Amino acid sequence: MATTYEKIASTTLGSASSAITFSSIASSWTDLRLVIIGTAAAANYVTLNLNSDTGANYSQTILYGNGTGAYTFNQTGDTYMWPNTLGWSTTIPQLITFDLFSYAGSTYKTALVTASGERNLGNANQQVSTSVSLWQNTAAITSVSIGAQGANISIGSTATLYGIKAA
Amino acid sequence: MATYTLISSNVLSSTAGSVTFSAIPSSYTDLEVRFSGRTNDTSWAAYCWVTLNGATTNFSETALVGNGSTASSNRDSASSSWYQVRINGNNSTASTYGNASIYIPSYTASQNKPVSITSTNEGNSSTAGQIVMTATAALWSNTAAVTSITLDATTGGTLWMSGSSFYLYGISNA
Repeated sequence: MATTYEKIASTTLGSASSAITFSSIASSWTDLRLVIIGTAAAANYVTLNLNSDTGANYSQTILYGNGTGAYTFNQTGDTYMWPNTLGWSTTIPQLITFDLFSYAGSTYKTALVTASGERNLGNANQQVSTSVSLWQNTAAITSVSIGAQGANISIGSTATLYGIKAA
Repeated sequence: MATYTLISSNVLSSTAGSVTFSAIPSSYTDLEVRFSGRTNDTSWAAYCWVTLNGATTNFSETALVGNGSTASSNRDSASSSWYQVRINGNNSTASTYGNASIYIPSYTASQNKPVSITSTNEGNSSTAGQIVMTATAALWSNTAAVTSITLDATTGGTLWMSGSSFYLYGISNA
């Protein structure tokens, strides 16, 4: 029987880096799951680009709560996927997951995204969010790149890419 | 090593005040608790209180809550547990159990522990407030490795009911 849930690649940064990229992703699985836990040098957005595409080909609908209220909005013409308006913390690790469905298929690519940005602040500068993102491209996903809008992702941050197989 | 491994399970054959997974080995990368639970609380949407390592300090959370009528968000800081975990109480439809997932990444790393929690007590009701779903960003401000996880009902003066089932998985990126 084929393994259903399998690690494809994992990186823990030994030095700060502007991106964590997994490339040459085989088409052997059905879905991909990307799990990120980390911090960055600036409170910029967490970003995800696919196949090095930085064009305005991404859109998202985000639902989030900040302890004060629940909010939702959508964005089109973005140049990356992003999970929330909170961004990276410089001190408290944030957990983000991207589930990329049918990544090797020939339709546009959708992702279900969650982010847990609790910081024990007692104010609205922390968030929990769930969102859907779309990449308007029919190519198979062969690389994913996590960024911080030009800032460095901090040492010790970890990203792991899993493959989920339906067959 | 397999990527996703069952570490321990506990299916209740009688009531219990709390369920604890202890002596968790450090050989995985992440942990996930998945459970199906119902308490004898006289409500539709009961609570579960979650603690790590037996600690009673430094738990905080920000939750997104929907009840079929409104969406809201709330937070707790410097608390003794996480409790935005909603499962079925004993006033809910018979034989329905709430479901929850608790994902703890990098549980052995010497850093504060961010955690993702989702839960629901769906029970086929159209009455606002009886059904609740939550998505929670939780944080334990402690750098110790996680070695035990407790899912408690007694804080609310209630008990887990027979048939509640709890599973702890280890996820490895090795």
